[in-house]
Amino acid sequence: MKFKAMTALAGLLAISAVGAANADPVEDELVINDEIEIVTRTAAPEHMEYIDEIMSGWLFREDDTRDMERDDFDNPGMLAVEAAMEVWETADGTEGKSCADCHGSVEEADIAGVRAVYPKWHEASGEVRTLEMAINDCRTEQMGAEPWGYTSADLTNMSALMSYMSRGLPMNVAIDGPVQATWERGKEIYYTRYGQLELACANCHEDNYGNMIRADHLSQGQTNAFPAYRLKDAALVPIHKRFQGCIRDTRAETFSPGSPEFVALELYVASRGNGLSVEGPSVRN
Amino acid sequence: MAEGVKPRVKAPKKAAAGETVTIKTLISHPMESGQRKGKDGNLIPRSIINRFTCEFNGKSVIDVTMEPAISTNPYFEFDAVVPEAGDFKFTWYDDDGSVYEDVKSVAIG
Repeated sequence: MKFKAMTALAGLLAISAVGAANADPVEDELVINDEIEIVTRTAAPEHMEYIDEIMSGWLFREDDTRDMERDDFDNPGMLAVEAAMEVWETADGTEGKSCADCHGSVEEADIAGVRAVYPKWHEASGEVRTLEMAINDCRTEQMGAEPWGYTSADLTNMSALMSYMSRGLPMNVAIDGPVQATWERGKEIYYTRYGQLELACANCHEDNYGNMIRADHLSQGQTNAFPAYRLKDAALVPIHKRFQGCIRDTRAETFSPGSPEFVALELYVASRGNGLSVEGPSVRN
Repeated sequence: MAEGVKPRVKAPKKAAAGETVTIKTLISHPMESGQRKGKDGNLIPRSIINRFTCEFNGKSVIDVTMEPAISTNPYFEFDAVVPEAGDFKFTWYDDDGSVYEDVKSVAIG
């Protein structure tokens, strides 16, 4: 982390020296259920200027929290996946169709890899869409059902099932072509200071990952492991809700979940994780 | 009445006689403490699993009294000695009188 040394203030260095025992990411490898190997550390994608190696947030958590993710039985996020599997088979809306009627049963559905490429361009509407928007689009257009609330448990559970089906595959969102303008906007948001504390995403997650911010261990803010089961919430947290939490902590008015700003930010942040494995539903503190 | 309650148990199917095995159990349950207030300002009544037991061939392995401070989806992990082939029987007792059960058989081999 050469960049950290250049930018950190003397005071911060003193603090990190005190907390050195549990700061910095750990050297550890994640294999889920003794079979799915997760890439938690890899070379940064080319477009990133200031970081050489990207790391999953898993490496920044405590031993006990990391262990919970090694076995699906210990991962409370899997309860949401199981709930979504039931919903997958349940018909809803005026068309009387379930997810399974078009996509096949959970076992045979050709959904693997879908999580890894979202957010992506949606040709018909001419906009970038997140996976959550795509699921709701399926509900309203194909099933004739009411869309789920953007951060509702129903939608987050289904999103967790999508992650589960793509688990272990590398994140690979496109950043050029039609999505480029949105991606540039996301990048701009990432480097813009917000709130009374005047903090940009980059100030914590690029300049200071590995350091402590009071009692929290800063990660690179990767999105590959979402939705994440946060122990402090005892619930799965979708990406946009986490963005909201971060921006709120800068003491700013936040954007809304599902807003164009957050869609752009999600695309940009996801592209910073290109190469890491899809890891959701993950366990974090 | 708690909804979506589903017990889960992870136990080995086989063990050597006298071997100590690790058993993991999880039950999905809201574990409403009785201390929280709902949107209308009234207390949400307490609704928790208040007791969990595990027996092996009718003999008690573990018997736990559970209190409202225990989090949602209570998880227990414990070790048990398997002296012979038989059944682990797991029982959860709900405040509302419901009893949830699961059985796992262990063979010697």
